[in-house]
Amino acid sequence: MRITHRAVKGALATAATVVLLAGCSTDSVEEPVESSGDGSSEEAGGSEEQSEFFSAEDLQTQDEQRSATFEGDESEPWLQYIDGEMTDTSEFASEGAKKVCFANASISNPWRQTGFITMNQQLEVLQDSGVISEMEVRDAQDTDETQIADIDYFINEGNCDAFVISPNSTAAMTPAVERACETGKPVIVFDRGVETDCATTFIHPIGGYAWGLDTAEFLSENLEEGDRVIALRILPGVDVLETRWAAAEQVFEENGIEAEDFFTEADPTRIKQIVTDAINSGEVNGIWMDAGDGAVAAIEAFEDAGVDYPVMTGEDEMSFLRKWEETGLTGLAPVYSNFQWRTPLLAVEKIFAGEEVPKEWVLPQTPITEDERQEFLEANEGMPDGHYAKFGGEDLPGYPDAWMDR
Amino acid sequence: MSAPTASPAGSPAGERAATGADRSGTVPAHSGGLGRRISVGLVTPGGAVFVLVALLLVAIMLTNPNFTDPGALIRFVGRTAPIAIAAMGQFYVIVSGEFDLSMAAVIATQVVIAGNVIGLEDSRILPGLLLMFVVGTAIGLVNGLASTLLRVPSFIVTLGMMLALTGLVRYVTGGAATGNPTETFRDIGRGGIEGVPVLEILPWSVVVLAVVAAASAWLMRRPFGRTLVAAGDNPDALSHAGASLWWVKTRAFVLSSLSATVAGILLVGYAGVHPSVGAGYEFTAITAVVLGGVVLGGGRGWVLSAAAGAFALELLFLLLTALGVEATWRDTVQGLIIIAAVALAARTWSGVRRPRASSPVVTATPPATPENPTKSTTEGDR
Repeated sequence: MRITHRAVKGALATAATVVLLAGCSTDSVEEPVESSGDGSSEEAGGSEEQSEFFSAEDLQTQDEQRSATFEGDESEPWLQYIDGEMTDTSEFASEGAKKVCFANASISNPWRQTGFITMNQQLEVLQDSGVISEMEVRDAQDTDETQIADIDYFINEGNCDAFVISPNSTAAMTPAVERACETGKPVIVFDRGVETDCATTFIHPIGGYAWGLDTAEFLSENLEEGDRVIALRILPGVDVLETRWAAAEQVFEENGIEAEDFFTEADPTRIKQIVTDAINSGEVNGIWMDAGDGAVAAIEAFEDAGVDYPVMTGEDEMSFLRKWEETGLTGLAPVYSNFQWRTPLLAVEKIFAGEEVPKEWVLPQTPITEDERQEFLEANEGMPDGHYAKFGGEDLPGYPDAWMDR
Repeated sequence: MSAPTASPAGSPAGERAATGADRSGTVPAHSGGLGRRISVGLVTPGGAVFVLVALLLVAIMLTNPNFTDPGALIRFVGRTAPIAIAAMGQFYVIVSGEFDLSMAAVIATQVVIAGNVIGLEDSRILPGLLLMFVVGTAIGLVNGLASTLLRVPSFIVTLGMMLALTGLVRYVTGGAATGNPTETFRDIGRGGIEGVPVLEILPWSVVVLAVVAAASAWLMRRPFGRTLVAAGDNPDALSHAGASLWWVKTRAFVLSSLSATVAGILLVGYAGVHPSVGAGYEFTAITAVVLGGVVLGGGRGWVLSAAAGAFALELLFLLLTALGVEATWRDTVQGLIIIAAVALAARTWSGVRRPRASSPVVTATPPATPENPTKSTTEGDR
């Protein structure tokens, strides 16, 4: 009796640990595969990871869009767009307040949290003006399966007049978005894309390649050939992040910058260790980040090691802008326009008014330079560290408290 | 409590676990002079890990000469302190035959408490610290009582605790970073004593690690420590001996979550507030403990070997980075280590144990033997 009890207990414990360990490691390995699984992932394998995400054509387009002229009022960048194909929405023109159903990928990073607040404040305006009756939100918590179920729930039981979808991943969400389109109701996709153009409008800032070009060009201009850059990337396999790195890597290569990339999962502990190890193994001249979350930890690694600050690109997150000012390092804050969270609801307003909307609604995406930094620091004084300077909600009700007390 | 240092006659396994006992058959690791004891000790997994640490250190210094700088070394010790402390906490639980999977979630919880409760007010540091230790103790008590008195396997209890705390942290933070606490508080994990000769700086985290290590080594020599090991080795014998198993194990869980709390305090200082701080620490700690030669299922191991295991693991990762192995392999390496270490430990411990058949204790054992065949039990579980 006891023999079996003990033996089973020991074996079970060991087995379970190993299983959990395996589960833990597959988690972080599987995620990117899922989100990048565009059918060709089988033959793409691990070594040619790059090619899966790299499209020279898209890079070219985004490079041009960086200097494109945007239609609309500059003081309302969330309504600006690059001239192109428009969707006729006259069939949707109708009276009355509409119910919007929003399938959100997650609010698990400060960028999404800031944007979601802005969206809710915009909702308030549209509710007051009688355009929207209510917005039902389902949060997929970064899980494809959950979001598919969320979208199907909206289709079958949501009683929705319009769908707003911020996809968790590109390929996996495509069929669900197509099902939403089949209902014949307006479908608005924003932030990450899907592989179908059935949506009424797809709203996004210029994109990851533009980010990669802006940042890597800045570092290359401020560094010498042969200088060493540490690239801190959150995780592999997410297209909006992969494209940032793909473009940056190309620019670094062209300019003879030695760039080494590491995955951090935005964990400040890991960021600090990676940067510290890099400093210990030789001089680090530049830091490139695919998102600013954790930028402060990277800078602190230089302080703790007692070496000169690097040339660095972070993001328009307040923590980075503040640390940037405090340290006086040479830096740039690229922007993945957070104000895009307002646009989907404003698109709903236009669609039910029968006004045409851009088929692909490309919003401006302009980095914050050192000269502009002070202006944005003052405009966002008192905002929490996880706030984004270009959140674009200054004219909405609840400003600034709604963003301050989160 | 009055724990029996050596279990009474009738319990050979308990006897063996209580390492102080010397009136029975010879234990190779405990006989001979100091030199011989050290050399025998080094071939046990618990001793070999120190050799491993030394070898890895030399390997890193060869690949990266900058690492020979005492300042760089001490900073490395400083940043490994949280994981070493977590490993010692996990040791208590594992050696008593249980698991604590809630460690990383406890760290994340404490990090978030530090960010939200202490914030930018220096005056809230002490109340904040107090709150963190109270929360840590409470979590350990729940883990311990649920797995002992309610008899829910600790694997499940701490898994549940992990999920509950992770959910709570997610709810409070939404999964994103919040503001860092005041620099004065962060100094515990970030700063140190400046101007120390040779080292330049002596990080506070190294001081904390030294204190925790010394206290742990002392605690494991106390009756509590010996009872704990006995609890993992042969819980039945221990309860026959009249020790309250539930209380011994519950205290191990409390020590574990308190270690996670200390690790959390150091990590907030080192890195700042983010819900992912501490992520994966439960497995890193278990790997470190196993690498330190502690037998899963309990009953054997040395607390400082667990800390050394943490250093060996971090040095190994550092070496892999220095050799240009991508960090994405980290989990795989950790997985292989845990399997290899368990397999190796099972083999090598038998070499230093009391010879199998020559057991005067067994012959001297009163009637308990037939119904309590602990000898074959401990053989059977490997």
